[in-house]
Amino acid sequence: MSRAMVEAVAAEMRADEEVFVMGEDVADYGGIFDSTEGLLEEFGHDRIMDVPISETGFIGAGVGAAQAGMRPIVELMFADFFGVAMDQIYNGMAKNTYMSGGAVSVPMVLTTAVGGTYNDAAQHSQTLYGTFAHLPGMKVVVPSTAYDAKGLMHTAVRDDDPVVYMFHKRLMGLGWMPAPPGPKTAVPEEEYTVPFGEADVKREGGDATVVTLGLHVHRALAAAEDLAEEGIDAEVIDLRTLVPLDEETVLESVGKTGRLVVVDEDYRSFGVTGELIALAAESNLDALDAVERVAMPDVPVPYARPLEEEVNPDSEAVAAAVRSVVE
Amino acid sequence: MYDDMVTARRYEERLQEEYLEGKQPSFDISAGPIPGELHLAAGHEASGAGVCAHLRDDDTVTAPHRPHHVAVAKGVDLKRMTAEIFGRETGLCRGKGGHMHLFDPDVNFACSGIIAEGCPPAVGAAMAAKKRNTDAVAVAFLGEGAIDQGGFFESLNLASVHDLPVVFVIEDNDWAISMPKERVTDVENGADRAGGFDLPGVRVDHDDAVAVHEAAGEAVGRARDGNGPTLLEVQVHRRMGHFMGDAEGYRPDADRERAEARDSVERIEADLADYGVDDDELAAIRERAESRVEEAIEWAKEQPEPDPGQAYEDVFTNPVGGAAATDPSAGAAGGDD
Ligand SMILES: Cc1ncc(C[n+]2csc(CCOP(=O)(O)OP(=O)(O)O)c2C)c(N)n1
Repeated sequence: MSRAMVEAVAAEMRADEEVFVMGEDVADYGGIFDSTEGLLEEFGHDRIMDVPISETGFIGAGVGAAQAGMRPIVELMFADFFGVAMDQIYNGMAKNTYMSGGAVSVPMVLTTAVGGTYNDAAQHSQTLYGTFAHLPGMKVVVPSTAYDAKGLMHTAVRDDDPVVYMFHKRLMGLGWMPAPPGPKTAVPEEEYTVPFGEADVKREGGDATVVTLGLHVHRALAAAEDLAEEGIDAEVIDLRTLVPLDEETVLESVGKTGRLVVVDEDYRSFGVTGELIALAAESNLDALDAVERVAMPDVPVPYARPLEEEVNPDSEAVAAAVRSVVE
Repeated sequence: MYDDMVTARRYEERLQEEYLEGKQPSFDISAGPIPGELHLAAGHEASGAGVCAHLRDDDTVTAPHRPHHVAVAKGVDLKRMTAEIFGRETGLCRGKGGHMHLFDPDVNFACSGIIAEGCPPAVGAAMAAKKRNTDAVAVAFLGEGAIDQGGFFESLNLASVHDLPVVFVIEDNDWAISMPKERVTDVENGADRAGGFDLPGVRVDHDDAVAVHEAAGEAVGRARDGNGPTLLEVQVHRRMGHFMGDAEGYRPDADRERAEARDSVERIEADLADYGVDDDELAAIRERAESRVEEAIEWAKEQPEPDPGQAYEDVFTNPVGGAAATDPSAGAAGGDD
């Protein structure tokens, strides 16, 4: 997935002098998760900028540069580190357009790595989709395949609003963190965009709707394959963007199946799972026969392998939830 | 001091071996007996040992993501620290923290993985000591890459304005992952940062544990005597990649060679020889350190892994609604992928 992201960034940088990248270890290292790999060679240190470890400073500087009309792509190395720069993200980047009554726009992309599954414990493994999607004013993008990663990046850079682009480490195709086969999709060489707010039905099925995003798209698809052998036909929807949220695709599917399972690697309470189920309930309670959510329980991500495996939902957990709503 | 330094060095050599097990031939961070990231401190030993030599158990230390050499010097339980790194139930944190999040309240040691995050809590510990009229002090360790972080500046100011007994120790290894100091920081001497906060800034060059010991003695003494904070910077060297698996493609060979040539352990050995300490004595200390390390690693590997159900414990000290904070049945079933 990383190469697809980089292709889009490079194309946008070639097309527009105003696009630049800044973040920790984005230049010579190429991004800890390869998210800027190779860009330094073509664009140099002026446009691929390593910055001091000072997230408040450089994310806030991104906001300022964006308001001045540039199109910065700013990397927060791990989503978990947002805390030190929360003010610039929440109170500036997200709100300035609204507070200014539309007088100001913030065409900035904040890229950040999310997710666990490699035992890096509570400060480096969070997914935090809900945290970023909860506060109004930022578009939130979560690609699960290389094809989407490229198309969504083109859309993100061209968007006049702040976009948080959350990529899962386990999907990047890093040598040191093997990815499942799912994200390695074919990527056209030419530019193309994947529009925001259009979920992708990754697998059609009539018995239950599984809504998910990021790494768990692939776990849900694996679960669906297992379930198919048992005669259960699950539909798997990849949200692709949380803000805007494609309500229509989800509701249509739930209307068809009557059963909804939401799968999220973020914490269970006050997040994506509750949001989607509330959406379905508000829209058409009668259409709902059963719901189930599969998410990280409300505990910080533990370090030891048996503990992390316990809390991070695997495909077996997804399959079990689908079985329970179908019963 | 020499003992702490060679114990830390040997400890990390052994951790490195254990870490690489199961990760070869192709490196997979989540494989093997020690998963996750591992940041080793080879080349940093002089600062941990030189500073902690002045500390008591009731003094507080906060360390960053590269904590082992400081932990060893502060007297953190080596066996339980090792069990934690192996993710075992009897580890310091019951397998929940791992190598970047070690807590040993018995000797008031903690570390964390967010840059400069340990500075404010060290100020808080110093505040507690001052309010309680004890002569305990607090020390925050951080890398030179961390001195651009807002939390660090705010801590310097708070400590200074309240004359708190805290020492900030910058370990300058010239690199923050792939970013060389000169590209991201405008001062060559991190201790100069003290200037704007009205506190002394001292720099010790070249991995010299004896000089660190001396400078730290003054800083800790100043804090203990109620004369306020000090900012101390120690030149150390990073002898390996930022984390295990870092191929250091960004790092010039000459820089790596320089780091290897300037070794704090070798330097203190030479100093001790000059003072007339004979080889046998040093060899005996090394052997003791090695067997202590071996014992800790063997013990840790025999310890049980935590039961998956324990994942739900410890969210709160005072659990909400029963023994565990969250009903396990509400979460995911255990898994294997
Ligand atoms: C707030 C925050 N930003 C970024 C990181 C990622 N990170 C971990 S270690 C590191 C470099 C730290 O360099 P330095 O402080 O010099 O310590 P060293 O690793 O050299 O010992 C970075 C950027 C982090 N852990 N926390």
